[in-house]
Amino acid sequence: MITHNEDDWLYTISSKRKLVDFNFKEIWQFRDLLFLFVKRDIITLYKQTMLGPLWYIIQPLFTSVIFTLIFNKLGNINTGIVPAFLFNLAGISAWNYFKDCLTGTSSTFTKNQSIFGKVYFPRVIMPMSITISNLLKFGIQILIFFGFYVYYILIGKDIHMNLHAFLFPVYVIMMALLGLGLGMIISSFTTKYRDLTVLVGFGVQLLMYVSAVPYPMSEARLKFPPLVATLVEYNPLTQIIEGFRYMLLNTGIFSWSGFTYTLILSIVIFLIGLVIFNRTEKQFIDTV
Amino acid sequence: MSNIILKASNVNKQYRLGVIGTGTINNDLKRWWFKIRGKEDPFLMVGETNDRSTKSNSDYVWALRNINFEVNQGEVLGIIGKNGAGKSTLLKILSRVTIPTTGEIKTKGRIASLLEVGTGFHPEMTGRENIYLNGAILGMTKSEIKQKEEEIIDFSGCERFIDTPVKRYSSGMRVRLAFAVAAHLEPDILVIDEVLAVGDAEFQKKAIGKMQDISKGQGRTVLFVSHNMAAVKSLCTRAIVLENGKVAFDGGVENAIKFYLEGANTISVKSEFKDRKGTGLIKVKDIEVFGKNPNSKPQTGDPFTMRFNLENREEINFRDMKFDLRIDDNFGQRISWLSTSLVEKKSHSISSGISFCMDSLQLNNGIYYVTTYIEANNEVSDWIENAFSFEVDKGDYYGTGYFVSNGQSKALLNFKIKN
Repeated sequence: MITHNEDDWLYTISSKRKLVDFNFKEIWQFRDLLFLFVKRDIITLYKQTMLGPLWYIIQPLFTSVIFTLIFNKLGNINTGIVPAFLFNLAGISAWNYFKDCLTGTSSTFTKNQSIFGKVYFPRVIMPMSITISNLLKFGIQILIFFGFYVYYILIGKDIHMNLHAFLFPVYVIMMALLGLGLGMIISSFTTKYRDLTVLVGFGVQLLMYVSAVPYPMSEARLKFPPLVATLVEYNPLTQIIEGFRYMLLNTGIFSWSGFTYTLILSIVIFLIGLVIFNRTEKQFIDTV
Repeated sequence: MSNIILKASNVNKQYRLGVIGTGTINNDLKRWWFKIRGKEDPFLMVGETNDRSTKSNSDYVWALRNINFEVNQGEVLGIIGKNGAGKSTLLKILSRVTIPTTGEIKTKGRIASLLEVGTGFHPEMTGRENIYLNGAILGMTKSEIKQKEEEIIDFSGCERFIDTPVKRYSSGMRVRLAFAVAAHLEPDILVIDEVLAVGDAEFQKKAIGKMQDISKGQGRTVLFVSHNMAAVKSLCTRAIVLENGKVAFDGGVENAIKFYLEGANTISVKSEFKDRKGTGLIKVKDIEVFGKNPNSKPQTGDPFTMRFNLENREEINFRDMKFDLRIDDNFGQRISWLSTSLVEKKSHSISSGISFCMDSLQLNNGIYYVTTYIEANNEVSDWIENAFSFEVDKGDYYGTGYFVSNGQSKALLNFKIKN
């Protein structure tokens, strides 16, 4: 409430800024808005479509079929005892979540300038809501994945999870942090320089191919030139995709050092994104 | 006891003119280079005051310059000024959409801003869902909205359509719903930008009533920006006048409006109206509207003049042209039509312009909007819809000391009583 002390100001609007000045209390106050944005994203995404949320399923299924045909049948990529289709479905589901978070958040400022230009709320609510609403899509895709999982077990394929499956939530968080962090960095720069929008468009496509989505890391080590193989291996997304398949399908390479490296990198990128985003949000409306 | 809730000290805002492009990164780097050496931003020294119609020598312009003011709790402060005087920039800073280039604004209360109604409405969602979303965007919590849901729906008058997607609404209904949400906000300080200029006459009345209720009844601090002087007068106790980014006047609302209108008697049409139609054979250059003498405000019962300076390159004769004025009230209701075709046509030159003069102004107090229409050689030459507006002060038309309220009479007619 309003106090009567002369120096007791609630907040100050000025151009002075600290490197990190994050008002978590304020974000907490706007938590209802966060959930309403999530709700809005979910209920409006497939309004007036006939198949509705089925589109969530169709897209990864078709992509997996195509990947299986091209990379595994035509390209002879060996996925071991794991059926190629299931291998691809796991990779694609995980990749999709990261990709949706990245592309969704990377246009935060440019897409919402009409709202941001008229009313104040902590801007970070917007990318956060995108990351959360994408979880639903990811959840549905994972359910489908488990559907096929059970099917393959029933027809006698030898697939099983391993103990690392308890890391599942950590992997989801890492994907969210990476997508959100990179998205916030990109969206901050696009307020002034639109070049990055173009880059995101095709960059994400290319990134998938160096993130071990359609092939296992072991094949990359075997067939890529050493430099490229190292690059692929140090790509945090490779670590995530590979680790994701490792815990669910017990295939591929997992190392605790790789896991720790990816976790730290995700947090660092997220924090950098947060700081840059925070610096941009105060004035972007003048340059966007 | 005065109790300052908001304080602006030395607020400046600089904008870059022209397109943000290749020069930007260059200047950004320069700025950064000065900054790491601990020097002042080189671009803060350049820049000129913001006068829209003059050509600029600098790439930077000051939209706000040394703005200082304080607002007490419970005060309703009007902010008035011409287009481009810096009103919206100031509101943007107040509502934290952007930050000042230098200076600061301190506040003791939560500020909610209404710079536009219906911010964040999603066309695919129903009216009810949008109430929640819009309310949350404006800073309400879910439980606050739930409490007021019925009240909001009731105020909007959209009950029948509340579970229909907003995209099926008429634009008027959308605005009603949006305003209803906004009117039920309960911040410590409410910032409003001309949202009253929406909806039909009935709803406008309701909206103004609600605003009065908010400011007077609930004792909330309100900052109100408008061109509608009648609304400013009825809502505000104090007003500041902005001119070219500076505070030109700060004081009682009556004096502020007088200050603003006296400065605004001459209206330059040149730059302000892009949507004029016609061949342009004869064009309106600028307009002066005044009462008893060229420096006084129009008043009911006083002499009244509307002076039009014309641009007449082809020296069209008065006989070959027609000049119409259509006068509407602030509800868009046509009040009167004046035309040169109603007077005897003599052949004479009109190179300098023409004046419409009245000995005793019969319009009652209020704001009037004028559309100018010129025909030359039977072709539309210059047609400006709502070219300008003027305000008439109430006056003692009948010389009896009795003022007729403008709710009773828009125009005052001459009459006699006979037995």
